[in-house]
Amino acid sequence: MSQPAAAALAQLVERAEALAYDVEYSAVRAWKERHPGALAIGFVPVWAPRELIAACGALPVGVVGGGDKVEIIKGDACYQSYVCHLPRSVVELGLNGRLDCLDGMLFPSICDVIRNLSGVWKLLFPNKLSHYLDLPQDFDPEIGGDFFRAELAQLVELLVARGARRPTPASWRQAITEHNENRHLVEELHALRREQPWRVPTSEAYVVARAGCVLPATEHSALLRDYLALVRAVPRAPLDNARVVVAGAFCEQPPLDLLKTLERAGCYIVGDDFLLAPRFVRADVPLEGDPLAAIANTWLAHAQPHASVWTRAGTKGDDLVALARKAGAEGVLFAAPSFCDPALLDQPMQEAACGRAGLPHMHFKYSENSGQFQGIREQAGTFADAIKLWSGA
Amino acid sequence: MNDSIHKEPSMLRQKELIGGHYRKLARAKEAGLKSAYTFVPGNLTELLLAFDVLPVLPEINALQSAMRGKSAEYIAKAEKLGQSEDVCTYVKCDYGMMKSGNVGPTGERLPDPDLLLLSYTGCFTFLKWFELLREEYKAPTVMLHVPYQGDGAATREMRDYVVKQLRRVVIPALEKVTGKRYDEDRLRHILALSAQAEEDFVAVFRAARNRPSPIDAYFGGVYYIGPIFTAFRGTQAAVDYYRMLRAEVDARVAAGAGPLTPDGPMPREKYRLVVEGPPNWTSFHEFWRMFHEEGAVVVASTYTKVGGVYEDGFRHDPARPLESLAEYCLGCYTNHNLPARADRIARYVQDYEADGFLIHSVKSCDSFSAGQLVILRDVEQKTGRAGAFIESDLVDPRYFAASNVKNRLESYLQMIDQQRRGATACAR
Ligand code: SF4
Ligand code: SF4
Repeated sequence: MSQPAAAALAQLVERAEALAYDVEYSAVRAWKERHPGALAIGFVPVWAPRELIAACGALPVGVVGGGDKVEIIKGDACYQSYVCHLPRSVVELGLNGRLDCLDGMLFPSICDVIRNLSGVWKLLFPNKLSHYLDLPQDFDPEIGGDFFRAELAQLVELLVARGARRPTPASWRQAITEHNENRHLVEELHALRREQPWRVPTSEAYVVARAGCVLPATEHSALLRDYLALVRAVPRAPLDNARVVVAGAFCEQPPLDLLKTLERAGCYIVGDDFLLAPRFVRADVPLEGDPLAAIANTWLAHAQPHASVWTRAGTKGDDLVALARKAGAEGVLFAAPSFCDPALLDQPMQEAACGRAGLPHMHFKYSENSGQFQGIREQAGTFADAIKLWSGA
Repeated sequence: MNDSIHKEPSMLRQKELIGGHYRKLARAKEAGLKSAYTFVPGNLTELLLAFDVLPVLPEINALQSAMRGKSAEYIAKAEKLGQSEDVCTYVKCDYGMMKSGNVGPTGERLPDPDLLLLSYTGCFTFLKWFELLREEYKAPTVMLHVPYQGDGAATREMRDYVVKQLRRVVIPALEKVTGKRYDEDRLRHILALSAQAEEDFVAVFRAARNRPSPIDAYFGGVYYIGPIFTAFRGTQAAVDYYRMLRAEVDARVAAGAGPLTPDGPMPREKYRLVVEGPPNWTSFHEFWRMFHEEGAVVVASTYTKVGGVYEDGFRHDPARPLESLAEYCLGCYTNHNLPARADRIARYVQDYEADGFLIHSVKSCDSFSAGQLVILRDVEQKTGRAGAFIESDLVDPRYFAASNVKNRLESYLQMIDQQRRGATACAR
């Protein structure tokens, strides 16, 4: 049983990795061929109302950068050296035609680079939809909620004007149900990794989650289900690794080799903030009532504390400490993209919170196209060893 | 400015106003006055004045620190305390200043805030900055979220959202901190004064359409925006200052005179430029000198619109007090999307008959800088003129490479010369 399961697991992970890093967006192109006339709408990190896009009959597509898979030429002509890497690889993908399959792009309000990228997109691709999605920073349903609902209503109109179908009660129900289910499965993946990290290496879980960027929710859910079944069936022995949470990598994604490096250095990653789109809001969108208000209010009440969201109550870093506690983490690795203001400005406050909580931590920076991890490997290895030493003491 | 140089009365008045404000701040606690820390873009000065609250603007503290040569020390302190070398240096400079005793530009200590009023307009980093200050000061904090004009317009929904926050969040917070009731009539009176000053303010900058331009709308402009962008919008002092300034500028136009620079009157206007982006503050006078020594005058700049865009007709309106405050916030320059920013720069080149445009891109500021290379090409296409691109920083002296900046500027001006010669040759 375990032999074929292991082979099937390896096959699934290979397939997921191919999907996750396919800069030709073949899965999106194939979906569009199967759904003539339907739109595909890209969105950059960290969150977009995927259920709304799907309710309009369109495919939400996560665009998380080109990583080390694209050579940056035109993108560098658009961004100075002191801007992070993500926008240059996204622009590169756009300018070399790889994103032609997308009929529009959404830019959620997480930082000024993404904000300005929405304008860059308008200038570079005047015939495509480019929309800045202003997420509320006021959390009162009658204030921020009304504004956000109006924002979402406007988004529906923008999509419909581009040829998407106007959502119906049935399409809303289906889209919300499918995305709620997807959220549960993503959460199950993370829960299993927390409980048995030796079964769910992050380098695998990551590609399985990232494959969801280019798949409709139901297909991604099927992939997740298969993966969860297979990892439960394949025997994998626990190692004496340090349990860590990785924080700060919510937008520009860490290279896969970096994740593997951390694992090889003796870390079990039991919590992270990669690929937040399906788990940014930590609750189901209700099926009852006005769907736009339902999405808006669920966001207001259940969006996770994040660098891009005003910390209205408590102290910065409390949530990270809580996450680490929940995951049984012994330490925190702050991994931020170079020049990422949101992550890097949060970091000292979060480090202070870890300090108060007695959680060991270290930090390093990366770029999505970094290829050399020797220094990080040594740093993380020493950190993991020290944790094990302390926990044994 | 060099003290041996003749100063016009408005310059002295401006210095007095700003200095007076800092002195008032230094004595705020003993005088029983409350202070609110807030930001220049989307500032709610009139509303604060209506509650007798003194504004403190951390970005202004940062730039003042840089002009006094203190920013390197403050930034180093912030980095030592864990701030990354990659992030906005305004934040680090202010944070370092706070950690060094919070001594303001007049050498006196600034009061701790009674309120942190986060006017979240046009810059994401503001949000992080105030989270950081809140951890330090433990002061009550209020967030005013001003939506970005992503699709190029401020909508009614956006305005209503801001008004609701003003009414239900900001005003109650001010009432609580000050123990005073919101007095809308008083606010209307203050807004009427704002509108008066704004008329003269617009006229001053518009005067740069003359040849020669009587003002430098960037280097000189930063002095002109001082009172209206900081603590004085809505005061009689601002009304008087801008009237005085306008009269002086009108007199220079009548005399056919160019701008005053720190080294004296600019003798000859040779190049008319438009500039996008904030200036460098650590070498501000050196930077300016590079321009005026070459006879280059800045006839329009975007930086002088960060605290409000008035040239399109917006005025604070006492008849619609909160609505007009909301519209003001929504309209600040960095709250405009990139195509609108590029359009404005191209329009300036045309309306001010500029010979070219220059983007001063600062490492610190994603709000301004991210996407500026795309703006550059768009403006080039729209105007048919090549632009210049110069990089440095706001307040971190490590990033101001004087010889590079000078070389770039000189090459650009030479290119303008060549184009002129080419145009003359073609016309023959
Ligand atoms: S990596 Fe950071 S700075 Fe860059 S786009 Fe993402 S959130 Fe913004
Ligand atoms: S990012 Fe720019 S606008 Fe924002 S605080 Fe820094 S310098 Fe100011």
